[in-house]
Amino acid sequence: MSNNSLSSEHIKYLKKIRKRKRTIFIAQISILTIGLLLWELAARLNWIDSFLTSYPSGIWNLFLQYTKNGGLFYHVGISVFETILGFSAGTLLGILIAIGLWWSDFWAKVLDPYLVVLNSLPKTALAPILIIWVGAGYSGIIVTAITVSIVITIMNMYFSFISVDEDKIKLLQTFGATKFQILKKVVLPYSIPTMISTLKVNIGLSWVGVIVGEFLVSKAGIGYLIVYGGQVFKLDLVMMSVFILALISALMYKGISILEDKFLKWNE
Amino acid sequence: MDKKTIVEVNEIGMTYHTFNGETEALRNIDFSVYEGEIVSIVGPSGCGKSTLLSIIAGLIKPSTGKVLVNGKKVTGPTKDIGYMFQRDHLFEWRTILQNVLLGLEIHGKVEDNAIKTAEMLLDTYGLGDFKYNYPRQLSGGMRQRAALIRTLIVEPNLLLLDEPFSALDYQTRLAISDEIGIILKREKKTALLVTHDIAEAISLSDRIIVLTNRPARIKDIIKIELTCPEGIWSPIKCREAPEFRHYFNKIWKELDVHV
Repeated sequence: MSNNSLSSEHIKYLKKIRKRKRTIFIAQISILTIGLLLWELAARLNWIDSFLTSYPSGIWNLFLQYTKNGGLFYHVGISVFETILGFSAGTLLGILIAIGLWWSDFWAKVLDPYLVVLNSLPKTALAPILIIWVGAGYSGIIVTAITVSIVITIMNMYFSFISVDEDKIKLLQTFGATKFQILKKVVLPYSIPTMISTLKVNIGLSWVGVIVGEFLVSKAGIGYLIVYGGQVFKLDLVMMSVFILALISALMYKGISILEDKFLKWNE
Repeated sequence: MDKKTIVEVNEIGMTYHTFNGETEALRNIDFSVYEGEIVSIVGPSGCGKSTLLSIIAGLIKPSTGKVLVNGKKVTGPTKDIGYMFQRDHLFEWRTILQNVLLGLEIHGKVEDNAIKTAEMLLDTYGLGDFKYNYPRQLSGGMRQRAALIRTLIVEPNLLLLDEPFSALDYQTRLAISDEIGIILKREKKTALLVTHDIAEAISLSDRIIVLTNRPARIKDIIKIELTCPEGIWSPIKCREAPEFRHYFNKIWKELDVHV
């Protein structure tokens, strides 16, 4: 429909919505800008102790310095690598185990209390043990990241698998479908929305695993920069690392959202 | 009977076991369905009508007795039988065309020819413009029509319909039951329909099987012969037949409903 065929009332309505969207966006940007400006100002006028709080321009200069000597990319690269590996392995293994539980009702019942206990346990408590077992390097950190995301993946996916409408399965059975076909044609596609929301949660959880792992053992990575910066009281470094961490995990989350739009066309 | 027997239900009995005890759902059910017939099963709610259909479809095993479809004993789901449910159960993540092809996919028979047949059927039944749409964009009646095509395309020679119109609103229900009745007759399908709607059963069927309360037994089998106006068979038109009221009262009495 072209614009000139719209009634003036409808144009007014559209304008109102656009204006509201714009106002929200401006407010969001303003909060960030004003916050940063006040922080900078407070530090320069000595209202706050910039040794303890750092300040935006200091962080920015450090950022430029770390970018120039390539150190930043090295540390970020390692953390991202660990996170993506932990995230993928945790999610994939979790889904496979959930499929196994769906396949065998007996084992689902047997393992249920163990899953409940593991789910309520804060997985980061296991990190020191895992690192001793697996090794104080990338592998230990990655296993920690897997541990944090795998249990919730199993539980979410299994719950989604068993909530498929019985009649939909019956329908496939009347066509003579095998159990594997039932899994492929209805159980998995039905669970794609759950899978995507689990991916979103797992991005955050894998980062928790990686950062905790790096706090404990690493010689490199964003978690290492934070711990190191804290120990030598270089708050610029700590703040910069936290900002970068926020930025990257937001980007990854956005990536999953794009995936969601692609896979859930039918849901519009 | 000179016609070929499609379904032979032989002394079927069914008892359900749960932790709290056992329930006898069906007792001594015995009847046959012949080629080209539409037979309805009516009975009080919860009497085990759907259980009976599931047994014929091979989805559950009866406690006693056996079912023969096309002369062969039913031991599990077969390709000869198509099943329609109360709700359409179209998969939301598939387009209408993909939904219609589901059964063929399971049989591993999706070829260019099959896709052409599917498109032709969709065109014939007024869904041609919607084949690339998703189910949620269709009305309830259209969805149920798509579900029927999904069942018909695998060419079963027996259709089991488990209250297939009960999830629709009244007007749609009348229109769709009329349409599906005509489609079944045109495609010369044999069908067994479970319903609790007496009028629907009379207008669609050649014979009606009346079941008793649980445990369900056969109370009566009624042959329906309506003189439909204008000599054209159509379930809606046939509701105007003079015999309609007579059958209605007879079945209503036999169902013996106490509220």
